[in-house]
Amino acid sequence: MEAATLSAALELAAGGGAGLSPEKRAVLGASLLLLQRDYRFERVWFWGCIRGVRGAYYIAEGLGPDRAAPRSRLYSLNCVEWSLLPPATEEMVAQAEQLKGRFQGDPSFEYEYTEINAEDAERLFEDGKEPMIKEEARLVATIEQIDRAVGIIPRGAFVKTPLGSVHENRNFEGLSLMEAKKLSSYFHFTEPVNLKNKTLLEKADLDPSTDFLDSLEHDIPQGSWTVQLEKGGTVVVLRSLLWLGLTFYHVPMTKQYGYVYFGTGEKNFDLPFML
Amino acid sequence: ERGHGPYQPHEPGYGLYKPGHGPYDDQIPDPKSRMLAIQNAKAYLLKSSTTSGLNLYDHLANMLTKILDEQPTNAVDVIENISKDVKWAQFQKKMDTLRDEHEILPTFEAAEKRKALFLKTNGEGDEELEEDIGETPLPNVMETAFYFEQAGIGLSKDESYHIFLALKKLITVQPIQTCRFWGKILGLEMNYIIAEVQYHEGEEEEETEEEEVIEEGGKRMGEVEDEDEEKEKEDEPPKSTYKPPPVIPKEENGTGANKYVYFVCNEPGKPWVKLPPVTPAQIVCARKIKKFFTGRLDAPVVSFPPFPGNEANYLRAQIARISAGTHISPIGFYQFAEEEGDEEEEGGGGRDTYEENPDFQPLSVVEMVDSLSTWVHHVQSILKQGRCVWLNPFQKSEEEEEDEEEEKAEEPDELQQEIGPPLLTPLSEDEGIQNIPAWTAQPSTNLIPQYAVAILQSNRWPGAYAFASGKKFDNIYFGWGHKYSPENHAPALPPPVQAEYPSGPDITETRDPTLEEELALKAAREEALAAAEEEDEEEDVEDDDEEDDD
Repeated sequence: MEAATLSAALELAAGGGAGLSPEKRAVLGASLLLLQRDYRFERVWFWGCIRGVRGAYYIAEGLGPDRAAPRSRLYSLNCVEWSLLPPATEEMVAQAEQLKGRFQGDPSFEYEYTEINAEDAERLFEDGKEPMIKEEARLVATIEQIDRAVGIIPRGAFVKTPLGSVHENRNFEGLSLMEAKKLSSYFHFTEPVNLKNKTLLEKADLDPSTDFLDSLEHDIPQGSWTVQLEKGGTVVVLRSLLWLGLTFYHVPMTKQYGYVYFGTGEKNFDLPFML
Repeated sequence: ERGHGPYQPHEPGYGLYKPGHGPYDDQIPDPKSRMLAIQNAKAYLLKSSTTSGLNLYDHLANMLTKILDEQPTNAVDVIENISKDVKWAQFQKKMDTLRDEHEILPTFEAAEKRKALFLKTNGEGDEELEEDIGETPLPNVMETAFYFEQAGIGLSKDESYHIFLALKKLITVQPIQTCRFWGKILGLEMNYIIAEVQYHEGEEEEETEEEEVIEEGGKRMGEVEDEDEEKEKEDEPPKSTYKPPPVIPKEENGTGANKYVYFVCNEPGKPWVKLPPVTPAQIVCARKIKKFFTGRLDAPVVSFPPFPGNEANYLRAQIARISAGTHISPIGFYQFAEEEGDEEEEGGGGRDTYEENPDFQPLSVVEMVDSLSTWVHHVQSILKQGRCVWLNPFQKSEEEEEDEEEEKAEEPDELQQEIGPPLLTPLSEDEGIQNIPAWTAQPSTNLIPQYAVAILQSNRWPGAYAFASGKKFDNIYFGWGHKYSPENHAPALPPPVQAEYPSGPDITETRDPTLEEELALKAAREEALAAAEEEDEEEDVEDDDEEDDD
């Protein structure tokens, strides 16, 4: 969610019972602004909070002029001092996927590989690295996975210029109530994967300036998003069932939208059994 | 000269670099050629577009008119948008004889319902003043919400207030003694808001009658079936020897897992629905499955092992499990009611009632957060059987000795009495999962410790929270209603295929005898026959001999 509209956005996304205390809200108003100054971001998003066993990580993302470029991520344990996280690599993501269980809350905590193939272990020993992963790396990988899998925006909120960069669409006035209830009006805000697989007929209907991302319609498994109207039908709230804790809110016919993650940072592998 | 080549009409240099007329020549320009250039330019601008029928001259004129009329700030930055708007305005009809009907959005209905919460019903005004306002069962939802908000837990203030009013409505409709906002469980299509309630004593007899009626109907059915079976005794297929395990009866309303009654609604403003009491079979099954709630109470729960009930029962079972696992209070707030000589008579059931301690001295927040032994569970834990108080289901069946088979005789030995932790055990006894403690304790703020609130989050049931501040404490649940398990959910496998019949010598197939065996048997038989014939012959011969001798 945008740092500028944090308080209002938290009220809209609070249907799941998770939010921030007044103290955190107050300090974020100031510290996110300072982040913008220090790192020269154009936009700062409060991404959410990953709760560990002993403490919680508060995550912020900074965007540059091209909104679709890889975002800089920062974390903090108290919302006052922020540290930049290294960009996520495929290797990190692959390693972190093997880890299970809660985050500890200490960024220097090291996980030991309990289940690892003999081949991987040999490879690692050859490289001279020990099979340990730091919680920081796991944090980076988890945030990357969540953003890639369930970070969403409404259709039309961003436009792609002919030069390839992506900006906010000043003409976006919000989705209508009918559109807001459909999954096809929301896009994953990440590199599109399925776009080129569409048939020519479908592609003909697309507007290349607004339809340059994957929509939620074809997410696997089907039904991994819940769409609800809250507050008497004035707010559309989408919750992801794959990453429990990701909440996206949008007030139809207004420009207010955003997503935030409040959860334990674990993927819900039991989803197919639970639907 | 600067020749870029012949300038096209649309390029800025057009018409300027005619020989003899450079850009910096200050001579009076030849009026004719300039006029000609202007006319050419205007003619070009007036050319209609082949695709849209507009021409640039009119469009520019309209745009400039609009800008001058509206005078927007930083017009040069938004000029493209203005251009778009002007073009778009072409297609807007200003006069339309058809008027759109006012759209009736579904949000209006919902708003009506919510507004109804805020209206005072007739007759409430006077009565309230007469009643002793301090005795109302209505909980102070906003106060609880304030304390939880200090930790970042809770719904938006709007929603909390709506729930407050919805609870008030519930109290006026039902005869309720105590009421509490239990929490919110999220679902796929709709969510559940849950209230935990205790009736006044003696108010709650209706449901048990309905259940007895169903049981009697079942017994009658059983009798009819027996008669049919007797008639067919001669040519029956072998009867199944499977006897299902005895159904464990549910606990009485008001005790154990059914101590409280729960009401749910999907949204504040919608009517409250009472959840049925929970049976041990439902709790045992709920432990094995993991399903999302849809939000409709009558939705079937499709699972393996098959859940005995619909979503309302599953919801009630999960609520019972969550309450038993996560409802805690500061130590000393509740104490056992003092009764004489009771400890020996309990027999392992444990005490199940408690009362508030009037002499409760609250501990400081630091103490509440540092050690988990300052908190206790005040809800009885549910045993493996599915009840809070263990019941031996075989006590009655020992009388029916005729039907007992070998298997049954062994079972009463194996079923041991299950004992759970007694009421009011401290949290330090709670087992963690792998290396994660069962609870995470934090103060709400490190900056202002004087007014901090002690907050506990459950790690076994993510979404369950408790706070304590001075003499106030409360528990709440916001979540999806599932227990945390670090392992992936592994559904129960179907049981092995049952044996169809007992195998005995008459049914068991034996190997066919080989040729040698058959010949050997034949030879043995012939010998036996021959031996028998010889004896007969000898007797005959003897007779003959006797005859011959004469």
